Amino acid sequence: MSVATPDVTAGETQTIVAARRLRDTKTVFIGVGRPSTAAILARMVHNPDLILVYESGTIGAKPFHIPLSIGDGELAHTADSVVTVPEMFNYWIGPGRIDVAFLGAAQIDKHANLNSTVIGEYEHPKTRLPGAGGAPEIAASCGEVIVVAPHAKRTFVEKLDFVTTVGHGDGPGSRERLGFRGRGPTAVITDLGVLEPEPGTCELRLTEIHPGVEVDKVREETGWDLKVAEDLTTTEPPTDEELSALRELLDR
Amino acid sequence: MADLMTLSDAIAELVSDGDSVALEGFTHLIPFAAGHEIIRQGRQDLELIRMTPDLVYDQMIGMGIARRLVFSYGGNPGVGGLHRFRDAIEHDWPRAIEIEEHSHAGMANRYAAGAADMPCAVMRGYIGTDLMAHTTVAPITCPFTGERLVAVPALRPDVAIVHAQEADREGNVQLWGIPGVQKEAVLASQRSLVTVERIVDELEPRPGGIVIPAWVISAVAEAPGGSRPSYSLDITDRDNDFYRFWDKMSRDRDQFTRWMSENVLGNEVSNR
Repeated sequence: MSVATPDVTAGETQTIVAARRLRDTKTVFIGVGRPSTAAILARMVHNPDLILVYESGTIGAKPFHIPLSIGDGELAHTADSVVTVPEMFNYWIGPGRIDVAFLGAAQIDKHANLNSTVIGEYEHPKTRLPGAGGAPEIAASCGEVIVVAPHAKRTFVEKLDFVTTVGHGDGPGSRERLGFRGRGPTAVITDLGVLEPEPGTCELRLTEIHPGVEVDKVREETGWDLKVAEDLTTTEPPTDEELSALRELLDR
Repeated sequence: MADLMTLSDAIAELVSDGDSVALEGFTHLIPFAAGHEIIRQGRQDLELIRMTPDLVYDQMIGMGIARRLVFSYGGNPGVGGLHRFRDAIEHDWPRAIEIEEHSHAGMANRYAAGAADMPCAVMRGYIGTDLMAHTTVAPITCPFTGERLVAVPALRPDVAIVHAQEADREGNVQLWGIPGVQKEAVLASQRSLVTVERIVDELEPRPGGIVIPAWVISAVAEAPGGSRPSYSLDITDRDNDFYRFWDKMSRDRDQFTRWMSENVLGNEVSNR
């Protein structure tokens, strides 16, 4: 087992901050990558009863290793229940049975709408991205959405090239008008800090900054004029327990 | 009743040029061997339908046998993008490809509607997204509650091809582990082929096992290892290294073409 050291990477902080958000969560919907690592870490350190739900239909999976794909065999072997794709979306996601969903995106705007379809024009894309997957319905119906993304100007943009997934639409009232059941994005966790929608405007603003990061740096990496919360806090640094658990998990 | 056939005979009989073909298997039981056989037999102008194109369609698209792709997530799961899929859409290489894309929920409901022989499925979704303007989806109002919903058209592929762990000698099929939309795809299609890891005397009930009776399947073909580099739970393991290798290797057109020529075209029995 690795021993926690003071030199914490930005990625480690991001994962640990995401894991902490799941402290009181009952069910979490996750894709692969950092969110999956965060959810497994949360089960190890913060919330051993956390129920992991993967898009592949594995409900209550208890992976020991970080899966590469959402369909790895270990997820099916350890799940409480394994369901078909129509069942996953129609019986579990649609009715809002999942409390928290993690999503990523190639582009995010200030109302936390997401693009994972194309960069450039749809008909003649500069970069063709994978596409929607489950994201639009997950974001509409899960209790809340937490976005995990690297903080960069090309990701945090003034205007999306394509709206794949609605976060807060064009502001307050959008989700209600569209008939969405979930609360939508409640946080965007990056390697620099945490953005949360401002009550009243639903505009993402910086509410938490990771240790050692300057506010100017976050502004520089955000493609719109980023507001900063008056009560901006500094992220509680990862504890030894969190760090050693994360590193041990990554080493498995 | 399902005919037990060799994989090459089954593809020859069931898949024709221009057909709409759905190879399903959601991150598990992906019918690679069947996809490779379609490539080897030189089928052309196919409409390929699949929720997650994955490496199998990246290969088929890169070999230029698809005129159209219907999908919901064109990525290499956990690794990144699909380079042949991207090259076809971004640069028309090796040929232009028409696309129709949906969300997973939309595709799943389209298959379920096809299986039920309904013209469409009604669901919550798509609303507010730019997908509404770029795909086959239409707003609809619930006649009972007035709720605004959407309808997506049923999928009715000419042929569905899925992979399963086993079949008995009658052609009854059992699959277990992540079940994806395989049963829906088989029931939605005009014809169907199931490739299996093994033929057994009797299907032994498995927890969560899905049995598809022989009389709704056109053909069953034995193809051990036929889902590699995907996997067949309890029989083969997902080859995660291959998915990472594919990301690097397939970026380059010549490298890709050479790899396909050496590993697929030249192979009678392919296990990758």
